[in-house]
Order: sequence, then C-alpha cells, then structure tokens
Amino acid sequence: MTGSLLFEAIVFLLGAIICVAIAKRLGLSSVIGYLLAGVVIGPYVLGFIGKEGEDILHFAEFGVVIMLFLIGLEIEPKNFWNMRKTILGMGGLQVGLTMFLSYGLFLILGYSVNVSLVISMAIALSSTAIAMQTIKEKGLMETTSGASSFSILLFQDIIVIFMLGFIPLLSNTEDTETSNHTSDTSLLETLPIGFQTLAIILSVALIVVAGRYLIVPMLRKVAKTGVREMLIAAAFLIVFSISYLMEFVGISPALGAFLGGVVLSNSEFKHELESTLEPFKNLMLGLFFMAVGASINFIVIANIPFTVGGILLAIIALKAFVLFITAHVFKLKIDQKLLLTFNLSQIGEFAFVLLSFAFGLNILDQEVMDLMLVITALSMSLTPILGIINEHYILPKVGTKESIDRPMDHIAKSQKVILVGFGHFGSTVGRFLRSHGVEATILDIDSNRVDFLRKMGFEVYYGDATRLSLLESAGIADANLLIIAIDNPTVTREVARIVKDNYPNVELLIRAKNRYDAYDLLNMGIDNIYRESLDTSLALASDALSKLGFRKYTLARQVQNFIKYDEESIRRLAKQPTDEDSYIFKARQELAEQEKLLNNDFKRGVVDYDNHWDSKNIKDALQQFQKNKS
Amino acid sequence: MKKILILFAHPKFEKSRVNKVLIDKVKHIENVTFHDLYEEYPNFHIDVKREQELLLKHDVIIWHHPFYWYSSPAILKQWKDMVLEFNWAHGPTGLALQGKTALNVITTGGKREIYCATGSNSFTVNEFLRPYEQTANLCGMRFLPPFAVMGTYSLNDEALLLYANQYKSLLDFLKGNIDDVNLSNYFFINDLPILSKHLI
Repeated sequence: MTGSLLFEAIVFLLGAIICVAIAKRLGLSSVIGYLLAGVVIGPYVLGFIGKEGEDILHFAEFGVVIMLFLIGLEIEPKNFWNMRKTILGMGGLQVGLTMFLSYGLFLILGYSVNVSLVISMAIALSSTAIAMQTIKEKGLMETTSGASSFSILLFQDIIVIFMLGFIPLLSNTEDTETSNHTSDTSLLETLPIGFQTLAIILSVALIVVAGRYLIVPMLRKVAKTGVREMLIAAAFLIVFSISYLMEFVGISPALGAFLGGVVLSNSEFKHELESTLEPFKNLMLGLFFMAVGASINFIVIANIPFTVGGILLAIIALKAFVLFITAHVFKLKIDQKLLLTFNLSQIGEFAFVLLSFAFGLNILDQEVMDLMLVITALSMSLTPILGIINEHYILPKVGTKESIDRPMDHIAKSQKVILVGFGHFGSTVGRFLRSHGVEATILDIDSNRVDFLRKMGFEVYYGDATRLSLLESAGIADANLLIIAIDNPTVTREVARIVKDNYPNVELLIRAKNRYDAYDLLNMGIDNIYRESLDTSLALASDALSKLGFRKYTLARQVQNFIKYDEESIRRLAKQPTDEDSYIFKARQELAEQEKLLNNDFKRGVVDYDNHWDSKNIKDALQQFQKNKS
Repeated sequence: MKKILILFAHPKFEKSRVNKVLIDKVKHIENVTFHDLYEEYPNFHIDVKREQELLLKHDVIIWHHPFYWYSSPAILKQWKDMVLEFNWAHGPTGLALQGKTALNVITTGGKREIYCATGSNSFTVNEFLRPYEQTANLCGMRFLPPFAVMGTYSLNDEALLLYANQYKSLLDFLKGNIDDVNLSNYFFINDLPILSKHLI
C-alpha cells in the first residue's frame, strides 16, 4: 500500500486538508482535525500509514522545536517581568495544584509513581492554540479573564520546557538508545560530570552571545538583500543550528530553541521571524498531530469506553475546579472566573508532546499512552461545547447578565443607536451622544465595564457582538445607526459584515485603525469610516506649524483640505487591487504605500495655497491691465 | 488714560503687506490691546465670556479689518453675533458697553475717489459702514468716523509708513479725553488736523 514518498505525502496532505476543513466547519480546533486525519489514514481505519508513522513522528517533532522557538520570541523579557506576579502566581498555582491532584488521582487508579507523574504533567497543561483562538475570536484579550488566561498559558509554555528536561530523569531503563535519538551523538557521555555542566552552561552562553552579536547582524544583512526566501532560510538556519548545538551537548533542542527565541524577541526581526516560521510550524505540528493520531490503538480504547469516559470527565472536572480556585484566589469576578475555567479546562497539545516523549523513553506503555491521547483529544473537542454551555446557560444566570430589564425610559426610543465597544474611543462617542440626550444602547465584552455602565444608568448588553442573537436582543432590528468603536479590526469587520448581511437598512459608522483597515471596510461597501489616526495627527501637525509661526486660520483651512484630499485618495486607492506580489515584506509594502502618498503630496505642492484674500493677484492683474491700456 | 482694544480680523494676515506695517506700529503701545480674532478662533468658535470681559476692560473698541465686499471679513460678523448678547450689550438691561467709543479701521484696495455716488462703488465708505454705526448706537457707544487706508494696490512703502505713523497718532489721540471734540464733520478720522500733518 505504501512505499513511495510522494504517495505518503499525498495521503498526509489530503487527510489534513479534508479533516481540518471538517473540524473547522464543526467549530473545532484544527488540532482535532489533524488528529482525526491521523486516525483516518492510520492503521485502524484506512491503513495507509503503518509502521513508518513512528519515523514521521520523529521528523514532525521538529515542529515542537519551532513552536518553542516562536514561544520564546513572544516572550519579551521586559513584558514578562512586568507580568511576573500574575504569570508566576496564577500559572504556578494552576499547574502545581492540577499536577498534585491528578497525580493523586492516577496513583489511586493504580498507576506507578513515574507514570502518574508524567500524566499529571500532561494534564496540567491547557491548549494554547484553542484557548487563545477563543480569546481572540471573542475579543476577550483586554478583559481580566483574557489576561489571566494568557498569563497561565504563558507559564505553561515555559514550564513545559522544564518538564521536557525532567521526563528523561524518570526513565528507569538504560535501553533507550533506539528511541532517544539524541543520545547517540551526545557529547556528554564522553565527558566527566564537571565538563558536562560546563558544556551546557557554555552552549547556553553561546546562544545568548551569538543571538546578539551574530544572528541579528546576519539577519540585517539578509533583510537588505530583499530576497524573501533568504529570510526563511536564515530562520531555519537559526533553529537548526541551535538544535544541533543542543543535541551535541545533549540537552533538549526545544530548550535551546526557546532560549534562542527569547534572545531574539527584542530584535527588530521578531515579527518577520514569527510570520516566516508560523506556517511551517503549523504544518509540522499538524504532521506531528497526525502521526500521533495514527498511532492511537483503537482496539484497546474500544474495549474500555467507560474507563475513558470516566477519566475524561474526572480530569475536566479537576482542571475546572483548580482553575476556578485559581481565579478565586486572584479575585476575578464570577463571570470572568467562569470564562477562564471553561476556556482552559481541556488538556492541551503539549500533552501529545510530553506523552509521546515519555513513550519514547519507555516510561509509558502503549495502553496508557493510547488512553491518554484519546482523552486529551476528546477533552480538546469538548472545549467549544463547554464554552457554548457556559455562554448560553450559565453566564446569563450569574454575574453580569447579558441584558437587564430596565423600567421604560422617558426618552422615546424612536431614534435608536447601538454602540459596540465602550473603550477609550467608544466612551467618548457615547458621552457626546448622551450629552445630546441620545442614549445609545451599548454592547461590550468587558463585564467589569458593563457593571459599571449599568450602575451609571446606561442600557448595556454584555457579550460578543459578532453573535447575531446578541445584536438582535439589543434591538438591531429597530436601530437607525450602529456605531462600531472597538479596537480589534477583525472583530470590527465581522460585526460589520453580519449587520450588513442581515440588517442592510441599519446605517453603519465605523472606527478604523488605519488606512489598511479603511481599505477593507470601504471594499465591503461601508462609507462612514473614521480613521482614528487622521484628525488627531493633523491637529498635532497644525499646532506644530502654528508654533513655527504659521497662521492658525490658514492651518485650520489646510487641515480641512488635507482631510478632504486624503479621504478622496483613500477611496481611490481602496478600489485598486492590492499588490499581487505577496512575497515582498509587509513592512516594505507599507513603505511603498507611504512613498506613493508622499509622492502625491509632492506633486500637489508644498502647500496648496488658496488665493482667497490675497490681494497680490488683484494687484498684479490691475497693473497688467493698466500696462496694456497705455 | 483710556484703554484701547483692537479687534483685528484678517483671514490671511500673513499675505497682507499693508496690515503688517500698520499692526507692527501699534501692537506694543501701552494701554493698547491687540486681539487677533482669526488667530484666536481659527474654527470660529468664539469664547463669548472672554470677549465680553475684554470689552469691559477697555474704553475704545476698534474693529480693524480689510474691506471685503463692502463689509468686514466673516469672523467679525460672527463676533458681533456671538458677543453682543441681548441684555448684555443691548436690550433693557444690556448696558455693558454704554459710554464706550467705537470705530472701524479699514484698508481698501480701491482708492477714495471711487467710493462716492458718482464713483464705481456708488456709495461712500461711511454708508457701507452703517451696520457698524447702528450697532454702536444700539449698544450706547459713540461711533467715530473710520480710519481708512485706501488704494492699497498702488500704495508705496513711504506712503504706507506715513499711514502707520498716523494710526499710532490716532491711538494716542483716542487715549485722551475726546468727549468735547466734534468729529461729526469728518468723513474719515484721518482728516483730523492733528493726524493729517503726517501726510504733508
């Protein structure tokens, strides 16, 4: 059935494309899709992939290394330091308590100390992919539950490196040479203990020094060439080199990659590296998850459905309990607690990494491995369902209600305005409307703010504005205007699209972050766009010119001219198809755009002086006229 | 000594040769407040309270402006509409400006000769300034003939300097007690003997 490399590649890619699409359609994480693809093409369903699945697993583990490099990139030491209390406090409490309880649980279930320890580590970790996806989709990043989730996940991301370092110590057998691929070439075994430690310290120091004085200058040179694929090559060179160095001294390549990422997180190439490696990481991890899926032994699982179900529920309950306690200790409000609890209660993709790592070291046997893999996958699949239960049945009953009944207002509701988002931008809009006796119905996602606004007597709906049902209960059907004042352009577009599709008669007034946002919105056919970066910056520029001696009234007129000109140009440029050559850097694309704008300005002249009230023209014309007469 | 408020209105002062020379001459004189309306209120959002307080602190109000379309630039009309409130500047209890003095200081491109019944502009400057005259009357202020710098299109620098000196002398004159001086016979206050000496 197998044999050809091309055939295997086709099987994997086809499986991934089909299953991920299905999973996404069902509202599940792409991780589930990959796992499912692995199961389908694996030996127990279609049987396309047999024994070679394990080799693929080894190859795909490199995705984990890239992932940790990217996690390292995300951690700016300064930000980390600022958030250290929440990260270490909440993360530490969550991981520690979860590990302690699940360790106890599995000991009681009759597993050995080492096995229980590995499983408890796996359970303690939640799915960054799923949780962050949900937080971003729902625009919860600015709320306390969002920030807390982020802190806990960040702590888990870091602690997993130590776990990966710790697991080999649990390996009680010496015959690991076939599965532990790092041990063959390890330098450590040939050196005395003192030198081993020294080698590790030296290589870590080497990464830090090289990151600063070798890698960054090299990336600058590469960026100057302007050849996009060179940056990809450079990114891989960095990750490969670090991994090689780490394997050479015999420590985890993942740890080295993480360290390399942290070193580069302050460099100007952070975002370039991220965007370059991200798709490769995703694909490699996808391959990894597929290999994991293909290795699950379903015959064993099918025989013990109640054991699987029981342990699954026990673990989710345990995780949820710990998260709730953690949230309680850190004094989150009840609905923020619930959001955090339900969002992080699954076992994450790190579990696959830890479990297959431990399996490779012969700490786990096939049966336990399969059991835990299935439970992990199932717990991840349950997250969206738990989220829906929370959102529809629990949250509306406790804490900040989605809406509250208010006595009928004295203001006639014939003019209805809905204001989505009451942050810095939206609150200014809302205050100004209110000062004119127009009470906007507010939609906001931050429960603290919602409670406060309700106390102030506003009509506020709490929840995700991309849910049509929430917009409908806020009265979109009778609204004249809908104002979108939220910070997140993706959510803005989504809300705009939903309203345009379902209630085309509601007039939309939309805050745009910048030109690019404005292009998108204009191309969606929305005309009332308010770029937050336009009026204020011109007010500043005009004040600057005023301090240099320009007259204020002339400036005031020029500002209006400039806005008019810029609004026209943005409408013109939005219509042009976007640059097809997607290989040039995004930053470079923006620079090119800037250049175009500046060139247009230049053609327009330094200042397009209107001739109003300038008597010079009349004088010149009169003199010319008199000359002609005489 | 009386205090003088110059309410200056020029939408494009930076391009006005004549007004620059005139203003430079009088801007820093003692007891004279120069108040640049287009610079203070580029968006026409006039601070009424502040303007009224300024008016109360001064005895002589000068509307200094170029003569556009036989009237003042737009902001001066806006200023009148906003500041001269009912029952403050006029009306039964609107006595704030009673007894003060008001006049226009204007610059015109056309020469004096064309502002008359037989000239191309058909009317005199004084006739065009009737709205200001009646505004002053209604607010209980004494309205003086205008100080005019005319024919600015063909005005050379020496002649302009003479006008500037004349403007300065006018302000000195207005700072004194002029209650007994009869000015009703003059079309322009420029024609006062003490001022016209500059032009000789």
